[in-house]
Parts: sequence; structure tokens; C-alpha cells
Amino acid sequence: MKNNKDPILSLHNITKSFGSVVANDSIYFDLYPQEIQVLLGENGAGKSTLMKILYGMYQADQGEILINQQKVVIQDPNDALRLGIGMVHQHFMLVPVMTVTENLMLGDEKTKGNAFGKLSKLDRETVRQEIIALGNKYGLQVNPDAVVEDLSVGEAQRVEILKVLYKGADILILDEPTAVLTPQETSELFEIMRSLIKQGKSIIFITHKLKEVLAVADRIAVLRNGKVVGHTTPAESSIEELALLMVGREVLLTATKGQSHPGKVVLNIKDLSIKSKSEVMVVKNFSLQLRAGEIYGIAGVQGNGQSELIEAITGLMQPHSGHIIILNKDVTHSSPRQITLVGTAHVPEDRQKHGLVLGFSVATNLVLQTYYLPPFSNGWVIYPEKVEENADEKIDEFDIRTPSRDALVSNLSGGNQQKVIIARELSRPINLLIINQPTRGLDVGSIEYIHKRIIEARDKGVAVLLVSAELDEILSLSDRIGVMYAGELVAEMDAKGANREQLGLYMTGSKKEKMLKENINQ
Amino acid sequence: MAIFTALLVSSIAILLSGASPIKAFSALAVGAFGTRDNLIETVVKATPLIIAGLGVALAFRGGLFNIGVEGQLFIGSIVAVLVGTNFDLPKIINVPLVMLAGALAGALLAAFSGYLKAWHGAHEVITTIMMNYIVLRIITWAIGANGPLRKPLSIVPETRSLFESARLPLLISDTRLHMGIVIALALAAGVYFLLFRTVLGVEIRIVGKNLHAAKYVGINVKRNIVLTMALSGGLAGLAGAIQVMGIPPYNFTTGFNVGYGFDSLAVAVLGSIHPVGVVFSALLFGAMDAGARLMQLRAKVPIDIITLLQGLILMFVAANQIIRSLYHLPAPSKEDSVNLTQSWGGE
Repeated sequence: MKNNKDPILSLHNITKSFGSVVANDSIYFDLYPQEIQVLLGENGAGKSTLMKILYGMYQADQGEILINQQKVVIQDPNDALRLGIGMVHQHFMLVPVMTVTENLMLGDEKTKGNAFGKLSKLDRETVRQEIIALGNKYGLQVNPDAVVEDLSVGEAQRVEILKVLYKGADILILDEPTAVLTPQETSELFEIMRSLIKQGKSIIFITHKLKEVLAVADRIAVLRNGKVVGHTTPAESSIEELALLMVGREVLLTATKGQSHPGKVVLNIKDLSIKSKSEVMVVKNFSLQLRAGEIYGIAGVQGNGQSELIEAITGLMQPHSGHIIILNKDVTHSSPRQITLVGTAHVPEDRQKHGLVLGFSVATNLVLQTYYLPPFSNGWVIYPEKVEENADEKIDEFDIRTPSRDALVSNLSGGNQQKVIIARELSRPINLLIINQPTRGLDVGSIEYIHKRIIEARDKGVAVLLVSAELDEILSLSDRIGVMYAGELVAEMDAKGANREQLGLYMTGSKKEKMLKENINQ
Repeated sequence: MAIFTALLVSSIAILLSGASPIKAFSALAVGAFGTRDNLIETVVKATPLIIAGLGVALAFRGGLFNIGVEGQLFIGSIVAVLVGTNFDLPKIINVPLVMLAGALAGALLAAFSGYLKAWHGAHEVITTIMMNYIVLRIITWAIGANGPLRKPLSIVPETRSLFESARLPLLISDTRLHMGIVIALALAAGVYFLLFRTVLGVEIRIVGKNLHAAKYVGINVKRNIVLTMALSGGLAGLAGAIQVMGIPPYNFTTGFNVGYGFDSLAVAVLGSIHPVGVVFSALLFGAMDAGARLMQLRAKVPIDIITLLQGLILMFVAANQIIRSLYHLPAPSKEDSVNLTQSWGGE
């Protein structure tokens, strides 16, 4: 604990239910001045609900909020801001086509004089100066004239933080801010957070990444099933202990896997180049050989061509040049269905956009790749009993938590939605598994389960191509690792010799393995 | 609930026009269900609405807003007339032939809009509305003075009547009740089976719910769009053919059938784009059309009140938020939610 002052913020007995679900169950929470308190919990533990109550987006059913020992009522985000509470959302709330200065002025447009009311001239210059001053004070340097869409993700996040500081926040809520950052950007963010509390701010940091908790927290509050199940500090705790508190049972944090036994080449990509819709070369001369029974992890900051590469392999996008060969069959220009039928499974990056039909039942989603094949159909007519049988089987086998097989898949949690996709894709006879961001946004329990299934598939002789923005995931699952930067494969290595820092450098393009091309083309 | 609210609101309009709503609505009910002939008239009016409404519902399921039902229905009628006034084959062949011709005409017209959407990105709402105008103008010319389909020596724009062999048999002789309703109900069952029990139906619904997922699972989205439009337009065309084949004087005149196409949009939405719902909402609309005349006669209410009533029902169905907040109903979580604004400007 930093000091013995009174808490700047207290939540007393906060309870909030949605229908029969209790999202927050009499929660007590204190935040002291100049501390970073981590709010740790799985998805669905009630972290977001609690913060939304604090930020005035929800009203609690019970309980009270105290700021500096004074009871307050927060009706909406404007109230929260007035009381000095600022929220940095997980998804950026910035207008991409405007400059940093203009974004900060939104909602509180300063004008030169007030002669014409809303039509008065904007006072950009004063705000610009304030941004520079704030940036210097907290170590948050951003060019105030830059257009937001040109900024990197890390910079955009700094703008978000500047925005709440500019509005005068003393208490900052950071909602899973590291989800989109590289390791380097993450440590920069932690620097900024420390400098903020030195200057008198207090921070609530929401996350489910255990390593970050230990790295940055002063105190930790763990939430599970809507209740605070523990208070601790990094010094008194360990990763294993936190995981146990958060999940409620022992979890395997790193996947355990045996030696890989690579077999014949399943996926052979030769000199693949892909142009985006706007005619930009997003993947350049990409070559890769993936063997049966191995997991090849592609690391990289999002937006370096990984998505396009996967879309090209699975037939969703036409490559510009080069060849994709799956088991000696050239599928460069094949349709998604032809590629599926040669034994390819694809767990897509965006599970709700591509992987599922949210308005359909769990049962139907489980046969989305096979509904037209026996035993579910004779080619024309669907046999509903078979679809239902299959659903019961898979729900059981893959431990999908759903009210029933007829429940809409949109009503399931993210982890269970992903399990529906995994169940569907892994239940077919497959040679190649392409899996993009398999555990994004999932809780520790689901991650553990999905990792286990991926390794099982490998051990059965499936060639696995894994794309993930989570370095830990890449490191713990892969047998070989490649790094993509600006559309190129800039490094390729055996997973045994790889480490985070080295990968981080490749990911940001500051290092490049020159010998790579020769290695692959032999 | 929507219907009840619409009745309440239109009562105000009836009061304003100086008549008694109770009298008006009871006359409406008698006009629709009071006698055998009135009941038959309700069914006869509902028949094209069921068939065309199924077409609209099918397109909605596939994520397409086929607003061109009116034009597809017209072209179905006129092609049915063209075939049915030129071929005089045995009834057992001629009736199916004329129906098929009408359905095919509607299907081709709609499929063209589907093609424009799938391959050139032209939104189907725009192209089908344009097609409505084109069809209307062609027909106006064809049955106008010196038009090729104009009945010789007729003083009004109308075509010749269909050969007896091309007319639909009556279910009860000496009434207007023709075979059409049987076909309509069979089609409702057929569309239900197609949508929910066949591979094609699943594909149509996947494309309708999630275009990205459809591509991901390898459905040929473009072909699917054209096919869905063709099926939708085919139903509309068939509705048009059945109108000229079932209702005396078995020909096509201007003003004939006007509005059935647009009413069928309302029918599909009111029937929550489900084949069973479409049958019932079509019967409701049919009843209102059939009872309107008696209401006007007995209660001295302008016949336009029916249009107002239908419009209100549709509005309250489409804007169901209003109804839910009025009666404190919970939000639905059904699969059947209608999404009318999907795919604007996309893909």
C-alpha cells in the first residue's frame, strides 16, 4: 500500500443484476490516491459492469459510490467526468479523420470569444498548447497536428489517455489497454502509468493478463462471478495464485506438449504476393512449408499482412501472384469450399463475423461446414434429427456451455462461441488447421481448453498454422515460429530458441534476418 | 397488439370523418366474414397476397429486399395472358403451362435485378423499383390504343380473355372461389420446406443472416443471390398469373391488381417473414379489402380508411419498439427478427 491516506474512491455494496443474472454482487472496492489498482477477472466476471456503473453508463441496483468520502450520484459519463473520473476504452473512441487536437476538443469545443454561440471560431491554438504541456508533464508525447488515422495503435492510445487528462480526470480507468499493443508498446504504457501516479493521478487497470498484473500493480482486486474474491499485492502473490483466484481452480498456464514429429509437407506456399482492395501490396513474396504434425506460429503486430495471408490460403481472397499448394494440389485459385473439401479447417480471426451465423442455433452452427454432406443431408434435403444428434454429441464432447442446442449462438459467451467453431472445425477429417487469433478475448479456462485441442490435433498428424497477436500463445504452442512485418516473413526460427524480446524486435521491424530468403528457397 | 393499436388510431380518423368506429368496424367484419360469399371474397383477395407475400418473405430470408413484386406480378399476369390467349391446349396441360409462363416471367425479371446486385453491386431496392416502372410502361403501351395485346374493338385498355382451357377450375361452382387458394397453401408449405429443410434453404438463410460467414463456408454468394431473387420473383409472377386465370373476366386491364405487389410487402413483414405468418396476414389483408365496400356503404366511411388502417398496422409492426414500450412487452430474442436495412451500400 502506498500510503495511509483515505481512499479517493470507494464503492460500497454495489449490486447490479440483469434479469436473473447477478453481474455484481455486493462489491466493496477502494482506490487510494496515487496507486495503480488492478481489477483482475475473467470475461464475464463483472469487471466491465462495475466500471460502467462507476462511469455512469449503468445505474447500480444497490450500494453507493463515494468520492473523497462524499457520497455521489453518477447518472451519466458527464457526471463521472465532472467528478474527475475518466475512462480509456478498450476500443478507441476517436474520429480517425480529425487531428489529435480536434479529437480532444470534441464535446467541449473551445471557441475564440462567444459572440456567435456554437458558430464562434474554434480556438485550436490554446488547446494545442495545452496538449503539448500535458504531454510534457506526463511523458505522453504526441504530435497535436497529426491526423488520428495515421497514428500507430500505441500512439492512438496515448491520445485516448490525453483526452481524459485534458478533461481533468484524476481517476483513470484503463479497460484492457494492452490487448492491442506490442510488448514494447506495453512497457511504454506502463512507464506512462507510473509517471501519471507520480503526478498525483490514480488508476484502475482492468485486465486478465496475469504477467502484466505483477508488473504494474500496487494492489490487486480479483473478481469472479460478480464477487470480489480476493485482495492482494504483487509482493504477496504469484501468477499461479492469481490464476487460481481468478478461475477458481488450478489452471495450466503454459500448454504442455510433447516432441513434434513432422511428416510430409501439407501446406506449401511459394512466393505469394497479395494486393489489398486499395491496390497496396500487403503480402510480399511469402514462402512457407508446413509439415504434418507441427504447429507453425506466425507472430506479428496486427495489420502486417497476416489476415490477408490467411484469407488467401482459405480462398476468401485472390492472391496477386505465387502459389498455394495443399497436399500436392494447387489451390491458389480454388473456392473456399474446394479448399475445405481437401481437408482444411479454418478457425477465423473474427469469430462473430466469419465463423458463426449469430442468428442461428448452436446446432445449425455446428454443421455450417457440413450441412450439405451426409449424414446431415442427401444433397438436397436436410435431416434435422441428424443435425440435432450431432449437436448433442459435440456439446458434450467439447464442453460447450449453452442453455440448449436450439439456443441462438449469439447468446453464448465468447469462449463458448469459440468452442462451437473449434468443435465444428476439428470434428471433420482434416489435414490442415488454420487458426487465427484462437483465444482473443477469452478467459483463462477457455484458453487452456482450446490450446489443449490444438495440440491434440497436431499429435494426430494435422499441420497447424497458428496466427496470434499474443506472443505467449505463439511461444507456448508453436514448434516453429515465423515473424511477419510489413507483409514479409522477416524471421523464421525454431520455437525452442525463441524469446519474447527477440520476437518483439522482429515484430517492430527493427531487426531482420537477412539469410532468410536463401534458407527457404533451397 | 400492432393490429389493435392500429384499430384504435384509425378509430380516431373515423370519428373525425363523422362516423361511428363501432359501426364501421362491425360493417367491416360482416363484409369480410358475414356471409358465405363475403368469406369467399376474403379468400379470393388473400390468394395473390399469400403467393406474392411468400415471394417477399423468401427474399427477406435471403437478405434481399424485393420491392419489385408489383412489377413481377404484372409481368406474370401479362405473360400469362399472352400465352393463355394464344394456346388452346387441353386444360390439364394449359393451366400448368400458363402458370409456369407467368412464374418464369417474374423470375427472369427479378433474377436480372439479382444479377445486377451480385455482379455489379447495384442495390436491389433501386433496380427493382426501376423495373416496376419499366414493366408498367410496357404494359400500358401493350394494352393501349393500337397496342399488340389490346382487345380488338374494345373502348377501354384491356386484353382479350384467356381461353377457357387456361382458366383455373372453380372450387365451388357459381362462386368466385377458384383453385388458387389451394395452390397458395401448397406453396406456403413448399416455401417452408424449402427454407427450413433443404440445403438450398439453409444457404439462402446463411447468406441472408451473414454474408461473411456465407463466403467463409464456401457458398457461392453471387449465384445464391440471383437464385433467391428468381424464386422470389417467380412466386410474384405466379401470383399475377393466377389472378388473370382465376378471376373473371380472365383478362388484364389497367388498374387491375394495382397495389397487390406493395400490399404483399406489408403482408410479409406482418407475417414476420414466416410462411405460416404470411398466410394469416394475407387473410387479414384480404378480409380488410373484402369488407371495405360494406363498411363504406353502411357506416358512410371513406374506403381510404382501409388503406390508412393497413398502413398503421404495418407501421406498428415495423416500428415494433413503439408497441413494446406502449404495452411494456419484453424485447424478442427470436431468430425471426426482420432486418430490413441489411447490406445497404455494402459489398
